Amino acid sequence: MNPFELLAEYFSYPFVCYALIVGVVTSLCASLFGVTLVLKRMSFIGDGLSHVAFGALAIASVLNLTQNLLIVLPVTVICAVLLLRVGQNTKIKGDAAIAMLSVGALAFGYLLLNIFSGSANLSGDVCSTLFGSASVLTLGRNQVVLCAVLSLAVLVVFVLCYNRLFAVTFDEDFARAGGVNTAAYNMLIAVIIAVVIVLAMNLVGSLLISALVIFPAISAMRLFGSFRAVTVCSAVISVFCAASGFVISMLAATPVGATIVAVNCVVFALCSVAGKIRRS
Amino acid sequence: MALITCKNLSLAYDSVNVAEDINFAVNKGEYVCVVGENGSGKTTLMRALLGLHKTKSGDITLGEGLKRNQIGYLPQQTPTQRDFPASVKEVVLSGFVGGMGLRPFYNKAERDRAEKVMERLELSDVQNRSYSELSGGQQQRVLLARALCATGKLLLLDEPAASLDNHIALKLYDIIEGLNKEDGIAVIMISHDVQSAVKYADKILHMGAKTVFYDKADYLASDDFKRLSAEKGAC
Repeated sequence: MNPFELLAEYFSYPFVCYALIVGVVTSLCASLFGVTLVLKRMSFIGDGLSHVAFGALAIASVLNLTQNLLIVLPVTVICAVLLLRVGQNTKIKGDAAIAMLSVGALAFGYLLLNIFSGSANLSGDVCSTLFGSASVLTLGRNQVVLCAVLSLAVLVVFVLCYNRLFAVTFDEDFARAGGVNTAAYNMLIAVIIAVVIVLAMNLVGSLLISALVIFPAISAMRLFGSFRAVTVCSAVISVFCAASGFVISMLAATPVGATIVAVNCVVFALCSVAGKIRRS
Repeated sequence: MALITCKNLSLAYDSVNVAEDINFAVNKGEYVCVVGENGSGKTTLMRALLGLHKTKSGDITLGEGLKRNQIGYLPQQTPTQRDFPASVKEVVLSGFVGGMGLRPFYNKAERDRAEKVMERLELSDVQNRSYSELSGGQQQRVLLARALCATGKLLLLDEPAASLDNHIALKLYDIIEGLNKEDGIAVIMISHDVQSAVKYADKILHMGAKTVFYDKADYLASDDFKRLSAEKGAC
């Protein structure tokens, strides 16, 4: 069978199409807010939250919840809010707080799974939670719809808040002096990143999520000098990487998440070179 | 009534007093310079005027229909901005964000005004260039343009010429003077440079062990001025 026939056969299954849609849409959302996150020097929050999501997922699976999103989403969102608060006010500095929370969640998640899980293949389960798995192919219709709705909500919020997000990212003091509620926007950014991370967890697993948030933004910043161009370019890159990574992973029988991230890395390298050439 | 009045204002930073008993008023179209040594609380005062810093005691009153979000602020640059991907136009337009209410996008009037402001500050040619690629003097003009989008009445400038070469600093001072004299915009400017402060300003707020609000003539004759200019001359 040639690769095209193979692909045609794969895509004749609805669950493959679902997985592709979910993958592309969540990557898109991740990349849009990634620009803000990277520029606000908050990239690490994404990473920390993904580990928190792993911990929450461990709790959900120990409790045998079928709709694990119901517990993972609120826990991650609450942690996002806490991290933002802690980062601003207390004696534990922001990055240390994030590191503590993320490794703590990772450790407790693994402990819980080890002690309580009845699964026969524990390390396989953990591995697929950390690095994503074929589980993206087992998404039910409901999950796909939920995912699509949440992604759409994230997109709408992004478009409506675009100018304010820019102002808050570029110069928080100026925006605040002008009467913009910057604390609320920072909170919004953290909450949305939490939502995006939970959504993307099915796709690439919790260890690799930050790549979807950070890589497209950084790649786009190599090429363009305006906020709008960077935002659009990073959206395009993320969609391209998610779709092509997905297809490659099916043809080469490689893990979906890792392949998408690898494609992102390659695109980043290409963008860096292109940016250097353009500037010189 | 004055645009902005401070009465018996005291400022603290992390519960350490930085300045006490500040009294001054800025009227329409006036040019006031705030001078003083490092750590005398100049930037803290400016942040208090903008509502970014809580005052310890005393009052700040706005008059002449001035609202807090109609003060144009030119802050000192932050390190993040140096490699920030933003076009000049995007930065200038962001000056309107405070006055948009719930409207998500800029309207025609705002875009037109941004064009005019950029023209006035000789930025039209670079409006699509990236902010981070510009020279220091151009960057300050961009931030000044953004401040002008936020206000038509009062500019607060925090050491606008701090990192600029001498002749570029002079050009910036000229532009600010033009905005003050021709457009009647009141200016409150923090300055390290006492000589140019007394050259342009109508009044001087001297912050130090004691904060005193001088008319220019009085300030030139004062010990505060002599001490501060001697110090600057030495370094």
